[in-house]
Amino acid sequence: MSQEILIVDDEANIVLSLEFLMKQAGFQVRTAEDGEQALEAMEDHPPDLVLLDVMMPRKNGYEVCEEIRRRPEWAGLPVVMLTAKGRDVEREKGLALGADDYITKPFSTQEVVDKVKEILRDRQGGG
Amino acid sequence: MLPEWSILLVSALYVGLLFGIAYFADKLGDRGRSLVNNPYVYTLSIAVYCTAWTFYGSVGLATQSGMAFLTIYLGPTLMAALWWLVLRKIVRISKLYRITSIADFIASRYGKSMALGGLAAVIAVIGITPYIALQLQAVSSSFDVLLYFPDVEAMETPRGVWDDKALYVAVLLAAFAILFGTRHIDATERLEGMVVAVAFESVVKLVAFLSAGIFVTFWLFNGFSDLFARAASHEAIQSLGLLHEIPGGYGAWLTLTILSAFAIIFLPRQWQVTVVENVNEDHIRTASWLFPLYLLAINLFVLPIALAGMTAFGPEMSPDNYVLALPLAEGHGALGLLIYIGGFSAATGMVIVATIALAIMVSNDLVVPILLRKQALSPSVDLSRLIVNIRRLLICCILLLGYLYYLLIADAYALVSIGLISFVAVAQFAPPILAGMFWKGASRAGALAGLSAGFLFWLYTLLLPSLAETGILGQGFIAHGPGGIEWLRPYGLFGITGMDPITHAFFWTMLVNAGLLWGISMFSRRGDMERIQAALFVDVFLRSERDARFWQGTATVGDLQELLGRFIGNEQASRIIYEHAETRGDRLADTEQARPELVHHVERVLAGSIGSASARVMVSSIVKGEALSFEGVMEILDATSRTIEYSRRLEQKSKELEQATQELRAANERLKELDHLKDEFVSMVSHELRTPLTSIRAFGEILLNNPEMDTAQRQQFLDVVVRESERLTRLINQVLDLSKIESGSAEWQLADVDMDRIGREAVEATRQIFSEGKTELRIEGGAGDATVKGDPDRLMQLAINLLSNAAKFSDPDHGRVRLRVDDGPGDTVQLAVTDNGPGIGESDRQRIFEKFHQVSDLQAGKPKGSGLGLAICRLIAEAHWGTIWVESEPGEGSTFICRLPRAGGEHCDLTAHVDFSGWR
Repeated sequence: MSQEILIVDDEANIVLSLEFLMKQAGFQVRTAEDGEQALEAMEDHPPDLVLLDVMMPRKNGYEVCEEIRRRPEWAGLPVVMLTAKGRDVEREKGLALGADDYITKPFSTQEVVDKVKEILRDRQGGG
Repeated sequence: MLPEWSILLVSALYVGLLFGIAYFADKLGDRGRSLVNNPYVYTLSIAVYCTAWTFYGSVGLATQSGMAFLTIYLGPTLMAALWWLVLRKIVRISKLYRITSIADFIASRYGKSMALGGLAAVIAVIGITPYIALQLQAVSSSFDVLLYFPDVEAMETPRGVWDDKALYVAVLLAAFAILFGTRHIDATERLEGMVVAVAFESVVKLVAFLSAGIFVTFWLFNGFSDLFARAASHEAIQSLGLLHEIPGGYGAWLTLTILSAFAIIFLPRQWQVTVVENVNEDHIRTASWLFPLYLLAINLFVLPIALAGMTAFGPEMSPDNYVLALPLAEGHGALGLLIYIGGFSAATGMVIVATIALAIMVSNDLVVPILLRKQALSPSVDLSRLIVNIRRLLICCILLLGYLYYLLIADAYALVSIGLISFVAVAQFAPPILAGMFWKGASRAGALAGLSAGFLFWLYTLLLPSLAETGILGQGFIAHGPGGIEWLRPYGLFGITGMDPITHAFFWTMLVNAGLLWGISMFSRRGDMERIQAALFVDVFLRSERDARFWQGTATVGDLQELLGRFIGNEQASRIIYEHAETRGDRLADTEQARPELVHHVERVLAGSIGSASARVMVSSIVKGEALSFEGVMEILDATSRTIEYSRRLEQKSKELEQATQELRAANERLKELDHLKDEFVSMVSHELRTPLTSIRAFGEILLNNPEMDTAQRQQFLDVVVRESERLTRLINQVLDLSKIESGSAEWQLADVDMDRIGREAVEATRQIFSEGKTELRIEGGAGDATVKGDPDRLMQLAINLLSNAAKFSDPDHGRVRLRVDDGPGDTVQLAVTDNGPGIGESDRQRIFEKFHQVSDLQAGKPKGSGLGLAICRLIAEAHWGTIWVESEPGEGSTFICRLPRAGGEHCDLTAHVDFSGWR
């Protein structure tokens, strides 16, 4: 069974591009356009990885990440943050909140796909 | 009417309570939990001014001369306004130089003169004697009223010595004064027990008098208007001219006001509570508004009681007794008793403080100097015990004197007339003290001559006649002068008549007192000591305790300690010297030479116990060598003044520096804030640029890597790339616009702009955006003149921004946008753009004009704006002295309105008033 990626971003075009890339790489995809929608979507069954934008209405990416890390049933769920905020402090904040990686917009499509694959492989390998 | 035993019991219980309070306060004070360090206790203790005279006598005076009784309270009220100027200076001087009484103050100011101190003490004692007599008379007669009412004849009958309660009252008060007034020998140590007891009495008498007033006004009558209406119809009152003018006219008003203004400071008991017992100069501030309020409260019901008494009683009842008689006449014995206690407290408060103050004054400035001069004190005598005993004896003597005067003139005089005799006596202190505080030229000879002459005139024009009226000297003395010499008549001296006796006496005593003080001071040579003391007093605010080290001669520490020990006890003396040395870091051995500061300190401490003049004599007796010369002292004083002036200037400088630092800090904060804003702006712009760039790059790479993609999808992705590129272009343009606007008005053109035309052109320019969608665009209005002053390009930009904003948010299927230009209220032109979009919630209506604020949840699926368009609109509007706002109902669309002043108004410069700083 193929793995599922949840893409969370309020920019419809960015979601569109990521959706195409992830499907092409063989993943299943779900999307959400803000933080609250993302948490709702995860409530039924969690995805295998979350691609999470930071600047969003109704719960930003940091808050969503915190929430994910607080919930025991989502322990170990990989989170990759995507943001147009490129400063080091913001990057560190994301990692401190428990994100597995941090990708700056605009990103290289190859890099995003590789990073997602790598994290999921590590996760599987580790058990 | 009331049984004698019950009155006696209540009086005794009350005095017992007073003892208890004083004892308790003293104990607390000893344990360092002082009750007197409190502005309210201080103010209440000043209310010792209100004696039995106020309590009973004001009503008596009101029945004779109407509102004249108020002058006695008007003076102090006026003086209270000057307290910060006058009283604070007296307090500062007294604390700094350890001055314990009025006599000491005068003596010290005029070169530590024993003669002046003694004279002032004599004047004070003789002057206050009638006042003490007044209190005894009031207590005695109030007792009689309680006992015999309504038998007026029995009330007014003089009684034998042993039958008269005044004697017992005097004895009781002497006991109190001795117990709480002579605990310490150092008179600069506070008599806390006495002060607290007196403050308590001020509450009692106020409550009692207000009770009487409320009872009369609201119980006997139906309030003030009823009382005054009924009184006005009463024949006796009309004939008295009560509601008309005062006998003696304005002269008497003025005299009484000035007299009482002096009295509130120069009465020995007032001096004691306001100056000697002052703990903190700031308390004066509170007292100067609170004390006048106390006076107002205690005078509120004087006139009502006077009028009620006159309607109720005949002429055989003394009006001084109305306060007490009115409730008794209605059968309210308990209220009568309360009022009696109020009057009793008013009298006892005065007597206690006055006798203690006088005893200290006479002991320090009269008895001790005489004993020292006669060298009657052998070294073996325990001086501290002796001085305490002298004070105790003096307390008894002063009360006895008051009692004798009371016996002499008993009942011959109204209370107020007796009191005023004392007022004129203490007014004699005003010229030497006031001149001494503010005029360095006032000399000892002048003060001595003025004070003596004033006192003699007082004796002749007031005291002697008061005795004459009782029959001791014969009535002819008053009517025709001594031996029939008309121009020596005591009430018409040198042929000057037409004044009432008080005004007459005040006129003459002040004339000779102030006149001689001034005249002789102008022509007399002043001694060194006088000039030094004058400088110390007048410039007291430039002085510090360490000043005035006038001893260059030498004495050993042991000698000084022994001298001090004789007066205040060895233990205390060694403690004082040890503490003084410690604060200065000196180490002392008995045989060592004392520093000049220590000598001076010992003199000051001694002054607190035996007066400044005697202290001077005692210290000079053990110091070998001369005191400093006048020049030497003045040099020290000048140096200190210079130092103080210098340190003041330094303080000023450091304040200025501090302020400059603060300004710098504020400017720095502002810079930091601006820096932060700039960071924020850059970060926002970068975020807004990166977002479309992300889509462009992502789709670009996707298209590149997937050449076999089907045409429809390729078309979709390319479309995204184009739209996001447009978005990027728009954003970059707007950032550039913003920076252009911010660069200021210099590049802006100033022209007459027709807003109608701007509207039409903006509609043309945006027609393309609208034709792409299904939105209908209409233009309305355009009737009248719509010319404004401004930059046409900027205003066009404003209109276009509003229109493209509306295009974005109007209903996607049935969009309608309307632009309208018309007249606004006042002299303004309005441009309004209305859409039928989702509307804007209240919380967003303000913030929508901030940079990068986007109304997020209502624009799903819409192309995003830059978040700068409306912010630019606001800047343009404000630069044109206009305003911009949005009116909206969620779900029913929004209207953006920009209101600009019409051309021809006063604003011809653009942007000068707009603070762009927050934008950079």
